[in-house]
Amino acid sequence: MTQLLALLQAALVFGTVILFGSMGEIITEKSGNLNLGVPGIMYLGGIAGLAGAFLYESSAAVPVPLAGLLIALLCALAASMLGGLIYSFLTITLRANQNVTGLTLTIFGSGVANLFGGAMNKMAGGVGQISVAATSGAFRATPPFLSGLGVFSGLGFMAYLAIILAILSSRFLNRTRRGLNLRAVGENPATADAAGVSVTGYKYLATCAGAAITGLGGLYYIMDYIKGTWANDGGIEKLGWLAVALVIFARWKPLHAVWGSYLFGVLFWLYLYIPGVSLDRSSQEIFKMLPYIVTILVLVAVSIKKSRGNEPPANLGLPYFREER
Amino acid sequence: MNRKATEPFVRIVKRDGLPLWHSWLIRLAALALALAVCAAVIFAIVRLNPLRVYGAMWQGAFGSAKRGWITLRDTMMLLCIGVGLAPAFKMRFWNIGAEGQILVGGLATAACMIYFGSAIPTWALLLLTFAVSAAAGAVWGVLPAFFKARYGTNETLFTLMMNYVAIQLTAFFVAKWENPFGSNTVGIINQTHKSGWFPAVFGQQYLLNALLVLALTVFVFIYLRYTKHGYETAVVGESERTARYIGIDVRRVIIRTMLLSGAICGLAGFTAVAGASHTISTSTAGGRGFTAIIVAWLARFNTFVMILTAALLVFLEKGAIQIATQYNLNDYASQMITGIILFFILGSEFFINYRLIFRGKKEAD
Repeated sequence: MTQLLALLQAALVFGTVILFGSMGEIITEKSGNLNLGVPGIMYLGGIAGLAGAFLYESSAAVPVPLAGLLIALLCALAASMLGGLIYSFLTITLRANQNVTGLTLTIFGSGVANLFGGAMNKMAGGVGQISVAATSGAFRATPPFLSGLGVFSGLGFMAYLAIILAILSSRFLNRTRRGLNLRAVGENPATADAAGVSVTGYKYLATCAGAAITGLGGLYYIMDYIKGTWANDGGIEKLGWLAVALVIFARWKPLHAVWGSYLFGVLFWLYLYIPGVSLDRSSQEIFKMLPYIVTILVLVAVSIKKSRGNEPPANLGLPYFREER
Repeated sequence: MNRKATEPFVRIVKRDGLPLWHSWLIRLAALALALAVCAAVIFAIVRLNPLRVYGAMWQGAFGSAKRGWITLRDTMMLLCIGVGLAPAFKMRFWNIGAEGQILVGGLATAACMIYFGSAIPTWALLLLTFAVSAAAGAVWGVLPAFFKARYGTNETLFTLMMNYVAIQLTAFFVAKWENPFGSNTVGIINQTHKSGWFPAVFGQQYLLNALLVLALTVFVFIYLRYTKHGYETAVVGESERTARYIGIDVRRVIIRTMLLSGAICGLAGFTAVAGASHTISTSTAGGRGFTAIIVAWLARFNTFVMILTAALLVFLEKGAIQIATQYNLNDYASQMITGIILFFILGSEFFINYRLIFRGKKEAD
């Protein structure tokens, strides 16, 4: 029983990282932009938050945790939105290819983050030496009114924020006029354009807002998952691609992404908790394939069934140029 | 609502038939602009004269004969992947799974080297690894293609996921073959008798890599431009409906093209393992499967132009690594610089395809 609880706890923390990532990507993809820069944006958000908190904590005599938290949040949001803006400008205004631009953003983000992460580690005295204890502690503190929720208690506040954001974005997409417009842009931009919806405006806003949410995933990874440190080990990149996978698994619905992300967490950590079996290291690696294989199966199943409401936005990945209708 | 009909501030007009030199001029301008921005960024970080930094980059890529050969070897590796991607992209099949196809190719190569290393002579072993690694890459490539052809499954996401399955598979075998025990690496395979290693040609260790890849480059160029298969691939890419209308078996073309694409990416893994590192790890592909997408895209799928774009990217990488060691940064500076340069080149394509007409200017004809 304690084993099961430990697995669920680990899954919740893991799931929250990719939940942010995929929620942002769902909103982006609803506008028809397939942004493969998710890992890059998560990198940007994570490193900016860490850098902000690090500079603050090393300059203040007695760092106030709440101030560090706010600075980290603002830096992460700004940096990840900047990433979204670069992508939007290139693909929407300059009409560059979405896949190539997204991949470039991933290369760029990973370069920037690892460069500055490594540099900060060096400034702090060596590999793995950087620490933003006060800020990270603030991120990991459970809000007092949220204790006593069984497995759900004892998580940092961002884990709950992710769930709230998922409910809000689901309501936004399905229950509001603007959400309807956004979905129309992703399904059929020419029709949306004819109906007087600003396709460019919606694409820009959705991509930048989506990037901001995705970036929070990177911040949560840094502050909570690895407890306010930095390692040049490609951890964010791996999770970033899982977030892209989760978008498919959740069939572009934020609420499905919530339980999907926790399921991915369970699948990812399962190898540590199989009762009665202790796997050797090589078999563990095989177990870590599970989330990816499950995603492939879902992808195939969705395409075979072709039921309405489960499919990607019809115009996903395709550019829209009014003059070329 | 009696808004006066004013001319918009700027209009976008499609260009047709820009002369070749003009489009390359725009690309060069973008490259120069990108280098200027990178210089500013470098200066902001390390406070060094950017010109000296670029000089150091040149040193890093071509500073000595050995460095030159390594730059060539890595260019050839990147080119090989780009060449592998070309047929798929020509068909508008977004094969983002080169990373995984390289890894399984490399894995197959390593397996042959480990299990048959001392049993058969090197020339036979090389032929065997060639075939097995191509087959492994082809299998990895054809799986998404089959589902795309049969059910219309999104290939971008499918191939992307296959990368991670391949990475975990590699991690599994690395743990199995680990040598020495506990190191979590495979070590140099067949270090003593070098069986299965690419032999030196004319005394040059990496010449065979270059010859193999250049042969593939020529082959794919001819395949895409002068054969019926290549023509069918292009038609399917331009319009699937047209292809069906003129009686092309679209499913077959998709599967056939991805078999080829996967096989060449598998061969890239073969050259990486048997021809360069002589070991296998989860970073054998090292993101080059993604970088090669950009190589192929910038070259507009022309395999000869890819030689240029691949060389440019490898030059940037080698140069940035040199800067990193010389000025105490880390290697990731190269990724950042590459990212910035690619952003500019991607953006420059707009000015090649379109032109802006500002308000009040008469439209030139």
